[in-house]
Amino acid sequence: MKKRVVSVLLATVTIMGLLAGCGSSNSGDGETKKAESTVDESTEEGKVINIYSWNDEFRNRLEAIYPEVESTSSDGTVTTLKDGTEIHWIINPNQDGVYQQKLDEALLNQANAAADDKIDIFLSETDYVYKYTDADADVAMPLEDLGISPDTDLADQYEFTKQTASDQNGVQRGSTWQCCPGLLVYRRDIAKDVFGTDDPTQIGEKVKDWDTLKATAEELKAKGYYTFASYADTFRLYGNSIDEPWVTSGETVIKVNQNIMDWVEDSKEWLDAGYFNKTVKGQWNDDWNKAMGSESKVFAFLLPAWGIDFTLSPNWDGETGAWAVTNPPQEYNWGGSYIHACTGTDNPKYVKDIILALTADKDNLIKISKDYLDFTNTMSGMREAAKDPEFSSEFLGGQNPYEYFAPVAENIKIAPLSAYDQGCVELIQNSFSDYFQGNVDYDKAKANFETAIGERYPDITEIQWP
Amino acid sequence: MKKKSKKVSYAKWGYIFILPFFLCYFIFSLIPLADTIRYSFFEYYRSGIKEVGPNFVGMENYVSLLHSDMLKYMGNTMILWIIGFIPQIVIALLLANWFTDIRLKIRGKQFFKVVIYLPNLIMASAFAMLFFALFSTNGPINSILTSLGWAKEPIDFMGSVAGTRTLIGFMNFLMWFGNTTIMLMAAIMGISPDIFEACELDGCSGVKRFFYITLPLIRPILAYTLITSIIGGIQMFDVPQILTNGQGNPDRTSMTLIMFLNSHLKSKNYGMAGALSVYLFIVSAILCFLVYRMTNGSKGEDR
Amino acid sequence: MKSKKGNHLQMILAYVVLVILAFLCLFFFYILIINATRSHADLQKGFSAIPGAYLLKNLKSVANDGSFPMFRGILNSLLVSTCTAGLCTYFSSLTAYGLYAYDFKLKKIAFTFIMAILVMPTQVTAMGFLRLVTNMGLYDSLLPLIIPSIASPAVFYFMYSYLQSSLPLSLVEAARIDGSGEFMTFNKIVLPIMKPAIAVQAIFTFVGAWNNYFVPALIIQSKDKMTVPVLIAMLRGADYMNFDMGKIYTMIMVAIVPIIIVYLILSKYIIAGITLGGVKE
Repeated sequence: MKKRVVSVLLATVTIMGLLAGCGSSNSGDGETKKAESTVDESTEEGKVINIYSWNDEFRNRLEAIYPEVESTSSDGTVTTLKDGTEIHWIINPNQDGVYQQKLDEALLNQANAAADDKIDIFLSETDYVYKYTDADADVAMPLEDLGISPDTDLADQYEFTKQTASDQNGVQRGSTWQCCPGLLVYRRDIAKDVFGTDDPTQIGEKVKDWDTLKATAEELKAKGYYTFASYADTFRLYGNSIDEPWVTSGETVIKVNQNIMDWVEDSKEWLDAGYFNKTVKGQWNDDWNKAMGSESKVFAFLLPAWGIDFTLSPNWDGETGAWAVTNPPQEYNWGGSYIHACTGTDNPKYVKDIILALTADKDNLIKISKDYLDFTNTMSGMREAAKDPEFSSEFLGGQNPYEYFAPVAENIKIAPLSAYDQGCVELIQNSFSDYFQGNVDYDKAKANFETAIGERYPDITEIQWP
Repeated sequence: MKKKSKKVSYAKWGYIFILPFFLCYFIFSLIPLADTIRYSFFEYYRSGIKEVGPNFVGMENYVSLLHSDMLKYMGNTMILWIIGFIPQIVIALLLANWFTDIRLKIRGKQFFKVVIYLPNLIMASAFAMLFFALFSTNGPINSILTSLGWAKEPIDFMGSVAGTRTLIGFMNFLMWFGNTTIMLMAAIMGISPDIFEACELDGCSGVKRFFYITLPLIRPILAYTLITSIIGGIQMFDVPQILTNGQGNPDRTSMTLIMFLNSHLKSKNYGMAGALSVYLFIVSAILCFLVYRMTNGSKGEDR
Repeated sequence: MKSKKGNHLQMILAYVVLVILAFLCLFFFYILIINATRSHADLQKGFSAIPGAYLLKNLKSVANDGSFPMFRGILNSLLVSTCTAGLCTYFSSLTAYGLYAYDFKLKKIAFTFIMAILVMPTQVTAMGFLRLVTNMGLYDSLLPLIIPSIASPAVFYFMYSYLQSSLPLSLVEAARIDGSGEFMTFNKIVLPIMKPAIAVQAIFTFVGAWNNYFVPALIIQSKDKMTVPVLIAMLRGADYMNFDMGKIYTMIMVAIVPIIIVYLILSKYIIAGITLGGVKE
């Protein structure tokens, strides 16, 4: 019997040992790495640059234009630079807030992390950039501290991108290569069918402001077409023109802007009138993707440059050249990835170098525009691109979209930001989508928004409606 | 005398045998539970990347939860569970009975047994994703329905309360009825064949045999099924979360308790999440006590 | 005669019900597999019942994606699920036997306690669990996914019920008279009798661990330790840059194939185990 016990115990111990082995062998790796790093600390720059991001967009651009890049491992997790420094890519998806959760955890541990585990660069999007540029949180370094002068080094950048990346005191704490002016992208065949022309200038006239667009929508409807796919498509245009932030810095009150309520009212009206496709609820879902296909009856989408390249183009299954761009009824900006230097970085030189190479070097930016169709953050470069036939797009039937993007970009006035923007924008669309579809009445939708905000942001004490 | 001393010496083994379980439970469940309960009395959350608290606030979290829509979500959870559970237990009983009936010679029994358990193997989240795609207004189900002429225009399944709830219930049914069937089969197979033989000799019909012999004899396993299903029901999360994109739309009618908890965990509101956890614990304890009482009714004893 | 006719009707009914259910169960697998063979562009066009030619391409893009190390994930999941199933069934049987076969002072209390905690949703302790694991230095390791399964009240309850119905205490007494030690009795006599119950519960816990998302998502941080559901959720969450539904369907398919293989191997054993019957009087 004893033998039996022993053998069972042994078996258990072996299993445990195996498991512990798995755990400890990995942590062992970490330790050896740490040991190396202490050796290297004599030289001031660390050997590992940790970059937090939500996809490989930034990596691709860095590989394309950063001259120090030697090679990237086949699985895309490590990029080696010419002097042997490694860039470690820590990629977590944006959805469900996973990216921000992991980033937040790491930021909280930043002070205690070993030099080579410290975050050096992290990225953020316009929707939540303010959470990280906050002066009190102080997780994103002011560019000045890195030795970058926003006024001289970044003079060619669009002003609103600099504003977006600045904290409440006007100190710029991030920089972007991307500038995301949005346009109206429409189907040429539908335009010909309804208006007898697909000429961007003439179509531009038909959609130049909301009132004209409404009359145009009626024409489209008469022929059985929808103007846009869903009410979420127009949100950015209203939401970006609010004149007060959702939450004023230092307060705990959400002020819903009149513009947002205008969006609610207009969307309801448009949906009931049949200008939107009722079956498409929101964006980034299957129905929305399908609305971009050749079977769809949707006339136009409101998209920035990346939207055309990454969303519309892969979902379009007809002939190339079937789409065209023109001016939107109202200037707007959608998206934009900001690069931040993380407070506590042990690679300040490289971080500075990368930020400058990717966001302030005109040649590099033009190259990104050519290779990835990003509308990049160089005013002079984009003005030139607008006139350069080399920038014409096959997908748009030979049209040069920069001709339309450039003027929009220069007219964008970024709405005042707050750290609560992402939740407010997401939840207000969600709460009112029930109202649009007739599931709840107006007041219930408001109440649902208040509930949802309470869950997301416990520190909000009041919600004021216009 | 001698016998007694022998018993005492065996008692030691009882303790030894149950020790790992309790040790493990103590470390990995009780300590965390205590932690959770402790924080339920604190105001403790993260705003942006700044931490607020922990500040002691007494019962405030509990009170403010009572004023929230928590009870509504509890109702939702119950409705969703019932929609799934009733067909699940009925079909499972029926199938288990058929499969174990010696007089009923079903061909391909093996095949069916294997097949009905399959849906349980898919991750709930993957399953919900699949359903979301299938039942979307422009999805395959609608295109099949319209091409067959059964529906004039696409049905907006997930736009209506009944549609969404039925889909969730249906998914839960599909995922779990095979599991329940196997469980009940194991129980029925465990009944001594002598009893069935005696029953046969007495000339009782299949239906009678089912209700008077099979059902009462598998009561412990039935109780087990019911209890685990209730626990599963209270924990319902993946399916509605993914099907409704975490919102419980329309109008939060498919928002379950755990989805509610998750939204607090997501916003790192430890205090509120702790209080909600305690409520959850109390509710599930009450439910299971009732069920346990009901199914073990007259017996009352454990063994 | 009459009963025979009734039997006949019952047979037809049984077949109809079974065929419908089998169809429902297989239909979704069918769609999944079909979709895994099609490209994103094909999928956008709408549903088709005919497989496409993109399976290999989809598989390749799954295998070559370093952000989503799927095959590593499958290995991790296999390790975690196997250990969990083993530990969980063994210790649950042990506990059940301990409470069933022995009389001791705290027995009643211990049993009531387990019954009480049976109802506790795992999510309730999730918050504290995360803090505990972090303090123990086990954050971002596979151990906290495995060890806690030693205490599984639900599996215990099943084992206990099974023992009640199939282990006569006389058998234990007989073993004692034969001079068998307590552990020996458990391993040599009780465990074989419990085989069917263990097989059933082993597969349930295996599947449960394989599909568990909540806890791994909480604990696991680094890519090379992620389990399959975490990876699937990540892929689903990947935004417009990775919009490739064909790849997503393929990943889901890759994720469930191992478990289906394990199931097909074990299912025979389970059903055979049940039909043989562990009950010998």
